[in-house]
Amino acid sequence: MSAHEMNLYFGRKHILKNISIDFKKNEVTSLIGPSGCGKSTLLRSFNRMHDLSPDAKIEGLIKLDSLDLYDKKSSLTDIRKRVGMVFQKPNPLPKTIFENLSYALNIHRFPKKEIPELIEKALKESYLWDEVKDELDKPAVKLSGGQQQRLCIARAVVLRPEVILMDEPCSALDPISTLKIEELILSLKKDYTIVIVTHNMQQAQRISDKVAFMYLGELIEFDARKKIFGHAEKELTRNYVNGHFG
Amino acid sequence: MIKKIRYLGNWVLLVGSTILVCLFLGIILFDIVSKGLPALSWGFITKFPQKGMTQGGILPAIIGTTLLTFITTIFSVPFGVACAVYLNEYAKPSLLANIIRASIRNLAGIPSIIYGLFGLALFVQALRLGTSVLSAGLTLGLLSLPYVITTTEEALKRVPNGMREATLALGATQFETIRDVVLRRASPGILTGIILTLSRAAGETAPILFTGVAFYINSVTVSLNQEFMALPYHLYMLATQHQSIEQVRPLAYATALVLILLVFILNSIAFFIRYKQRAQDEYGRN
Repeated sequence: MSAHEMNLYFGRKHILKNISIDFKKNEVTSLIGPSGCGKSTLLRSFNRMHDLSPDAKIEGLIKLDSLDLYDKKSSLTDIRKRVGMVFQKPNPLPKTIFENLSYALNIHRFPKKEIPELIEKALKESYLWDEVKDELDKPAVKLSGGQQQRLCIARAVVLRPEVILMDEPCSALDPISTLKIEELILSLKKDYTIVIVTHNMQQAQRISDKVAFMYLGELIEFDARKKIFGHAEKELTRNYVNGHFG
Repeated sequence: MIKKIRYLGNWVLLVGSTILVCLFLGIILFDIVSKGLPALSWGFITKFPQKGMTQGGILPAIIGTTLLTFITTIFSVPFGVACAVYLNEYAKPSLLANIIRASIRNLAGIPSIIYGLFGLALFVQALRLGTSVLSAGLTLGLLSLPYVITTTEEALKRVPNGMREATLALGATQFETIRDVVLRRASPGILTGIILTLSRAAGETAPILFTGVAFYINSVTVSLNQEFMALPYHLYMLATQHQSIEQVRPLAYATALVLILLVFILNSIAFFIRYKQRAQDEYGRN
């Protein structure tokens, strides 16, 4: 998945400035930068979550393989099946654990027969199966915060997307749940391209292959994790990762 | 010292006002219950009025009010909820949407007698529905619409945005999101609003006065083009229009008691739903 010379405006405000970036398959890319630098906005452009904001305007090209995401002919439903998203706060639907996953499958008209099997597989991949296998009929909101977030990841995974976008998935969780999710991200990497927004430098170091540093709507530096955290080229990046500002 | 006195004064003022309000409410309720209860019996709610309404019960008025409320519901709920969904989920913030919203708020403030006259002009005369339970139900439906719209919109606003994003990000269309998640999550709030609105509408007299309520009917026909008896009008009539008012006074009190009980039951249901929802909200807050 890639963006090419992409600009995004909210009304007259120029939020993202001339961003070009390319996410490789089976890699975890972290987007880092101080609050308000546009990293979440960038992330949300990759599955067209800005479509509902009437004053958002996007220029440039965003592609998933050869598919132009913002081409009028592209099916939104299809795009969102191929690009899954996990949000900052766990947002399970007001349904049971099982229905949270089957809902996604039903929208995309998966054959009814395959659904239980697909759900089991997704829950296993999300390290949640052992904890919930006996209570799939329980309301999802009764799970703990960390479990809810893993359920949300399972809900994204169950559709077999190509890319999973994660918007600070651990910021509302305790350290133990955070570790579990990080472990999960590393295991999902073998099947998916993962782009994650994070505020946590240690987390970025633990899980990413590549790191993109953004500042005031611009992509300052994008490189391998070791390069960014060891000897970044730009002074701004060095200052940020060393905690001089943020 | 002066501070202390002022503090005490404020306290007395606030608590005094509260007690005063409760006192009035208590007096009214006590008056109605004490004078209505002796006349209230199983026969009272299952029998027709007899001997020029000096004896018997109020069955036709109960049936009439029930049927009327039913028609009001059918008319006001689907349109009201649909309108609220449009305003809250689809309409972009614009001058037009704001004008619509302001108009609806204003409609809620129009005196009910005006709805009655409007219903007479539109349903009874222009649409030739005659004075009937249908005309009256439609008129009450109009009266209820602004309340249904406003309370539904409030309930929709309380649905966290993350919930909408969750389904949209799965590839659901906006319509699917609203149908499967937003409405489901908002349903306790919507239901509460509807019940409170209906309990208010059931007690209205002015809007049905010209549109279909009858002084007395001696048969129960559940047909839409017939006139009907209704509890609030029956009460009004027993209390002011009857030739031997003193004699029917106990019946009037008992009618008032039945009406209050009906409204009380509806409100308790609404209260219960709201209580359940609050518990659920606290569990799954996000």
